Amino acid sequence: MSALGSRSNPLRVAIVGSGPSGFYAAEALFKAEHAITVDMIERLPAPFGLVRSGVAPDHPKLKQPIQVYEKIAQTEGFNFIGNVTVGRDVSVAELRATHHVVLFTCGAETDRKLGVSGEGLPGSHTATEFVGWYNGHPDYRDRVFDLRQEAAVVIGQGNVAADVARMLGKSAAELATTDIAEHALEALAASRVREIHLIGRRGPAQAKFTNKELRELGELTNCAVIVNPAELQLNSESAAELADKNNYTAARNAEIFHGWAQSQASAKPRRIAFHFLASPVELKGEGRLQRLVLEKNRLEGPSFAQTAKGTGERFELPCGLLFRSIGYQGIPIPGVPFDARRGIFPNDKGSITDAPGLYAAGWIKRGPTGIIGTNRADAVATVATVLSDLEKFTPATKPGAAGLLPLLARRGLKVVGYSDWQQIDAQEVQRGEPKGKPREKFTRVAEMLTALQ
Amino acid sequence: MTFVVTDNCQRCRFTDCVTVCPVACFHGDSEMLYIDNETCIDCGACVALCPVHAIYEEFDLPEEQRRWIEINAEKAPGLPVVNDKGEPLPTAEARKQELGY
Repeated sequence: MSALGSRSNPLRVAIVGSGPSGFYAAEALFKAEHAITVDMIERLPAPFGLVRSGVAPDHPKLKQPIQVYEKIAQTEGFNFIGNVTVGRDVSVAELRATHHVVLFTCGAETDRKLGVSGEGLPGSHTATEFVGWYNGHPDYRDRVFDLRQEAAVVIGQGNVAADVARMLGKSAAELATTDIAEHALEALAASRVREIHLIGRRGPAQAKFTNKELRELGELTNCAVIVNPAELQLNSESAAELADKNNYTAARNAEIFHGWAQSQASAKPRRIAFHFLASPVELKGEGRLQRLVLEKNRLEGPSFAQTAKGTGERFELPCGLLFRSIGYQGIPIPGVPFDARRGIFPNDKGSITDAPGLYAAGWIKRGPTGIIGTNRADAVATVATVLSDLEKFTPATKPGAAGLLPLLARRGLKVVGYSDWQQIDAQEVQRGEPKGKPREKFTRVAEMLTALQ
Repeated sequence: MTFVVTDNCQRCRFTDCVTVCPVACFHGDSEMLYIDNETCIDCGACVALCPVHAIYEEFDLPEEQRRWIEINAEKAPGLPVVNDKGEPLPTAEARKQELGY
């Protein structure tokens, strides 16, 4: 029998998920000095994961990695198998029969909960829902956000929280020529939201924004930023954190906050207000969210390991909308070990624990940290693990897509291939043209499939 | 707005930055790396990866370093893409200490 990874016995890899981690894993596999095929399975008919449905519509440059992924998709030996859900349409055991390696790059699809009373009140949402909704993700197409409310709260101080705040702070005219979903643009055009509160449980020195995303909030045409100078006072541990040369992102953020705190409040129609050292303790309201009760925190512990501890002092913020953006969790797939506490597939350098042949990269491997490019290094590391394990795999040939596609066809599943996606893509672009938008997305799976007929 | 590599990269060339570039915008000669601003998407993933803080967003660039905007723009397109982590230059660790990182 010829060696696994040779031309007559290529290594068959199934990648589950078609976001950045999936494509960077495919890229790294194709770079290896072995014959390797990649079958990328995606539950939606559309690829590119959070680059398509996470990156904000007004950040078109951050969507340019798609051009890189489009090139990877043209590599010989690459198959896109869209509109197929692993664990429902096909089992992990079946994939292991058709492929030597199953590499999960399925991300972190749910939000962490605040775990406070009133969290389920109407008006309380996850950032994921809102982001998916304005980006036209089919899962969130029918979500309704009551944008008649004047005050919205965003819990969390990272880039997703900044995106949510910015989308609420911009006028519809500012978003009209982006690839924002039509339903969201219509709803946001009628928005009465004027106050956006960004809440962080720790201090300004620990906010997780990247400098560019934070600075952008201060450059909005129709929205002012408000920072209370008193909230920028640091304890000595936080001051030491900012003085560390390797912590310059946080130091720059602190400078940006100081700049805003010193500037005159401008007379713009909307405002983003930052609140530090506060944690939500209760959501209150008659039949819907009306007020958020917060507890003030202080920081305890040494520099770079400070945690927020409640002081007992409480205050309330009137608000009709709340979006929590305090981290994400992966969801389990039958047949794959799952660490429920961390919301990841437990793994050693990408090799899933006690599951030979199963690997993970990206958020489902390490948790929801970093930005698009972080997942490239992460995927490359997992692929290195896969390649170093090559000898451990059963050397028998496996059919790959030639075995998987007939199985899916027998089940009556409509598989969306890469050329099908290209047709959907072309139609989206065409639909956007008359509106001056880069594309008008199809926001329902059925619409995408109809577009292929 | 663009990101640029500055002279801290010289005698270091750690290349950690290229591992997180989502669009392969780093190019390099034997001395250092340069960012092709036509390809760079301004995500900033590379900034935090550099052990000697050689990469700046244009906005944050110290005055005496502004010449690097032009140098990156001129040099990058004509040099090969550096997309994988390589060995740092032999002088890298000493240089890193000298720079105070």
